[in-house]
Amino acid sequence: MTIEHSAEILPSREAAPAREAQPRVRGAAGSAWFGIAVVVALAVAPLFLKNFVTFQLTMALVYAIAILGLNLLTGISGQFSLGHGAFYAVGAYSAAILMESAGLGYAWTLPVAGVVCFVAGFLFGLPALRLEGVYLALATFALAVATPQFLKLGPLEHWTGGVQGVIVTKPDPPFGLPMSQDQWLFYFTLAVGLLLYWAARNLVHSRSGRALLAIRDNPIAARSMGVNTALYKSLAFGVSAAYTGVAGALGAIVVQFVAPDSFTFALSVSLFVGLVVGGVGWLPGALAGGAFVMFIPNLAEHVSKGLSGAVYGVLLILIIYAAPGGVGGLARSLGARFSQPGRRP
Amino acid sequence: MARTAQRLGALAATLGIAALAAAPAWAQKKYDPGVTDTEIKIGNIMPYSGPASAYALIAKTQKAYFDKVNAEGGINGRKVNFISYDDGYSPPKTVEQARKLVESDEVLFIFQPLGTASNAAIQKYMNAKKVPQLFVATGATRFGDNPKTSPYTMGWQPNYQSEGRIYAKYILDNKPDSKIAVLFQNDDYGKDLLKGLKDGLGAKASMIVAEAGYEVSEPTVDSQMVKLQSSGADVFVNVATPKFAAQAIRKAGDLGWKPMHIVNNVSNSAGSVMKPAGLENAKGVLSTAYLKDATDPTWKDDAGMKEWTAFMDKYFPDGDRTSSFTVYGYASAQTLVQVLKQAGDDLTRDNVMKQAANLKNVSLNVLIPGITMNTSPTDFFPIEQMQMQKFDGEKWQLFGPVISGELGG
Amino acid sequence: MDLLLQQILAGLASGAIYACMALAVVMIYQAIDHLNFAQGEMAMFSTFIAWQLMQWGAPYWVAFGLTLAISFVGGVAIERVVFKPLKDAPVLSHVVVFIALFAILNSVAGFLWDFSVKPFPSPFGSGPFLGSRLIGAHQAGMIGATLVILAFLYVFFRFTRIGLAMRAAAANPESARLVGVRVGWMIALGWGMASAIGAIAGMLIAPVVFLEPNMMLSILLYGFAGAVLGGLNSPAGAVLGGFAVGVVENLAGTYIPVIGGELKLPIALFLIVGVLVVKPNGLFGRVSVQRV
Repeated sequence: MTIEHSAEILPSREAAPAREAQPRVRGAAGSAWFGIAVVVALAVAPLFLKNFVTFQLTMALVYAIAILGLNLLTGISGQFSLGHGAFYAVGAYSAAILMESAGLGYAWTLPVAGVVCFVAGFLFGLPALRLEGVYLALATFALAVATPQFLKLGPLEHWTGGVQGVIVTKPDPPFGLPMSQDQWLFYFTLAVGLLLYWAARNLVHSRSGRALLAIRDNPIAARSMGVNTALYKSLAFGVSAAYTGVAGALGAIVVQFVAPDSFTFALSVSLFVGLVVGGVGWLPGALAGGAFVMFIPNLAEHVSKGLSGAVYGVLLILIIYAAPGGVGGLARSLGARFSQPGRRP
Repeated sequence: MARTAQRLGALAATLGIAALAAAPAWAQKKYDPGVTDTEIKIGNIMPYSGPASAYALIAKTQKAYFDKVNAEGGINGRKVNFISYDDGYSPPKTVEQARKLVESDEVLFIFQPLGTASNAAIQKYMNAKKVPQLFVATGATRFGDNPKTSPYTMGWQPNYQSEGRIYAKYILDNKPDSKIAVLFQNDDYGKDLLKGLKDGLGAKASMIVAEAGYEVSEPTVDSQMVKLQSSGADVFVNVATPKFAAQAIRKAGDLGWKPMHIVNNVSNSAGSVMKPAGLENAKGVLSTAYLKDATDPTWKDDAGMKEWTAFMDKYFPDGDRTSSFTVYGYASAQTLVQVLKQAGDDLTRDNVMKQAANLKNVSLNVLIPGITMNTSPTDFFPIEQMQMQKFDGEKWQLFGPVISGELGG
Repeated sequence: MDLLLQQILAGLASGAIYACMALAVVMIYQAIDHLNFAQGEMAMFSTFIAWQLMQWGAPYWVAFGLTLAISFVGGVAIERVVFKPLKDAPVLSHVVVFIALFAILNSVAGFLWDFSVKPFPSPFGSGPFLGSRLIGAHQAGMIGATLVILAFLYVFFRFTRIGLAMRAAAANPESARLVGVRVGWMIALGWGMASAIGAIAGMLIAPVVFLEPNMMLSILLYGFAGAVLGGLNSPAGAVLGGFAVGVVENLAGTYIPVIGGELKLPIALFLIVGVLVVKPNGLFGRVSVQRV
């Protein structure tokens, strides 16, 4: 019964529409316009919102970027991670330490965080290659649980601030732009997010991306066709970790604080839930996932404080009932319905 | 895109200027945001979900206490509107909730946000916004040792370092030639208390022969206890939260280890620590106290505790009376009411801080007799006194004088 | 030397906790071919039910028996109500539903019974075992109980029709259906049994770690680790794995200088991952043949 672990993580009945749907959805002009409308709506939103709500939107975008990274891993290469909170933490700490100890400008910490996490992810991906399914789940989950303990490790305390954490200075808008710090950070995050999204799409449609898809759908066949699965899988892990690391760095700048308690396994689990709710293998789903991670717990708290966990759980189950493939699954079936009549000559 | 952003920025700036122009109109009144002639809006942040949810009982008690205050006519005619949010013990969520309270709900101040990391996450924000972060629910020394740089952050309970110093003094007075073993929770709280203990021992810090940390994610501390016992120590300082403190007391009993056993104040509840640990094992354990323990028969006929019981009966009948948190929430809410009474009709954020820093010999009916609260513009630790106590197998026996653990002394 | 022996015994004692949980993990894996992340919370909830029954005056063994029955029915009900409608959903969606169940059970338990720790009685007493201070009567009893459940599972899966049918249903649902196995009910039965075994584990663990809604949070991870280390399709391997995790963790904490104490859990976990890299099916798991 341990056959085909990776296939069971992403069963082929779901993988197949994922592969076809992307070009089709892209082809449908409607969805492109929809995408543009979403971006425009996001860009205008801060003008009409309180700074505090802008801050919430920024965090939703940050989580969306992290989920985008996770999506690259799980959705595209078929691997699985319950431990991406660890890379988020590494990115966050990289940014915090570089800004507060080394005096680096906040914008420059993002690429550094990305590179650091790429290396970390690649190195973690090497042994993880040999693990599939539940074994990989355990290994990554262990990583998530161990993260806070590494962060407060005695010998690193000089940089990490140990259990006290690091307070990060909030950047002002550059060039004297007439906007609040929160608005600036929102636009900054949005720009980084769009850039990363564009890169992710290109990656998926590139030669490497197709190799990754092949690995996901049939690892053994891919290997026999000459795809270097070991290398590509580790690379996928590295790229995915880099995305999540950049998100972590942005998160540290937006929240202005990092501490071991910020990066418990609950963060990893939230990111994972966001991934599935957004839709595995459907990149725009990351936005829905980020919004879910950010806003659904608030909604649950609003409904009942004592039972917020139960409300959250019930909402989650209802969403999975309504859309077993997440928002991405819904979009795919809608896209299929609308694009078919259009195809007739 | 860039041009749009620019225009949007300009629009935002216009709005900002409009807001500034409106500001002087506010200043002429005596109230800061959150106050009207009939209401004072107070924020609070607690972990209602997640690993530290046990503490939410504190906010529930406070809510019940403000219900009582409101039912009795409010404070100087104003009802307390207590808005409490859940942060799940996660610092990023604390930042979000603090901003929601300050910017969206527009509370006058945030009262008793709980947790060291959570408070550290919002300390800078609160002080930049000049909104009081009042009576934080953590004993971490950093929330009160610096009134100059953080004039809007104030502690409430005795800080952990003071407590560590009190234990050091007791050990030096009573067992000067002992060997000490310490079990501590590997976080800010555990390390803060350990630092106080070491500072208090001063040159004799080498008396500590073994330290063992544990993570809250560990199921038991049995392994740590085996290790500490093997160090041959004859004094054991137990710096653990209730569940682990109880495990440690029980394990020491199982191992037949009978050192002088000091358990920290966080875990001195007779009902929820000593009883689960086994009363036989807990016999002879030492601790400190500043609040009366509701499960301790000593206070059965105490007038102050009777008031507390009456409050619980009427306003919080479901509340867990064996937990120390219900007493804690009651006492901290009383402290706040005292401050707001002192503030009178000048309900600005600055005046709230000024009055909070002007508590003189305030005693509460659930504080141990002889302990009072004192603050000044340079002293942001309201409660700094504690008394030693010993568990006799059934209840705590207070002994010795009320000890002050003031820092720098 | 004395310390070494003591740490090994303390490790075996906590290993018994993990082994108990690992058995429940193996049980559900046999039924659904996957891990259940809500299993710890289900065990916790069952233990609270037992506690509540005892609060209402039921004697220990009555409460024990009733809790097993309730947990079994509850497990079957969860499968029928929550998972059956989702049987065609992707596996990752199932994992999310596990997480949702986790949140619901934890939150409801906290709401009903609040979060302060509660003592839970042990059927084996709390004194030392055979006069030795190194291991308590309860720990010894727990190890014994673990072995009894192990023997039961072994016989169940090897020699009973229903056990064999369950294995067939999990390993190859299509073929099993062809030979007349009611696959859906086999899965539900597996949920019920896993839930009942979890309840036993919870009731054995609670006297050690005290009863509270978060008590299984980390134990489940250790249980997973033990089961995965030993082999997810081998109950005996899972038990051995559980004990190994307990001992390795204690020794790492005691003998690795500087970082050992702070990182004993990560060290134990990474050792396990190391083992898996060499032996991907666990120490005692069956090697599977893969077809293209």
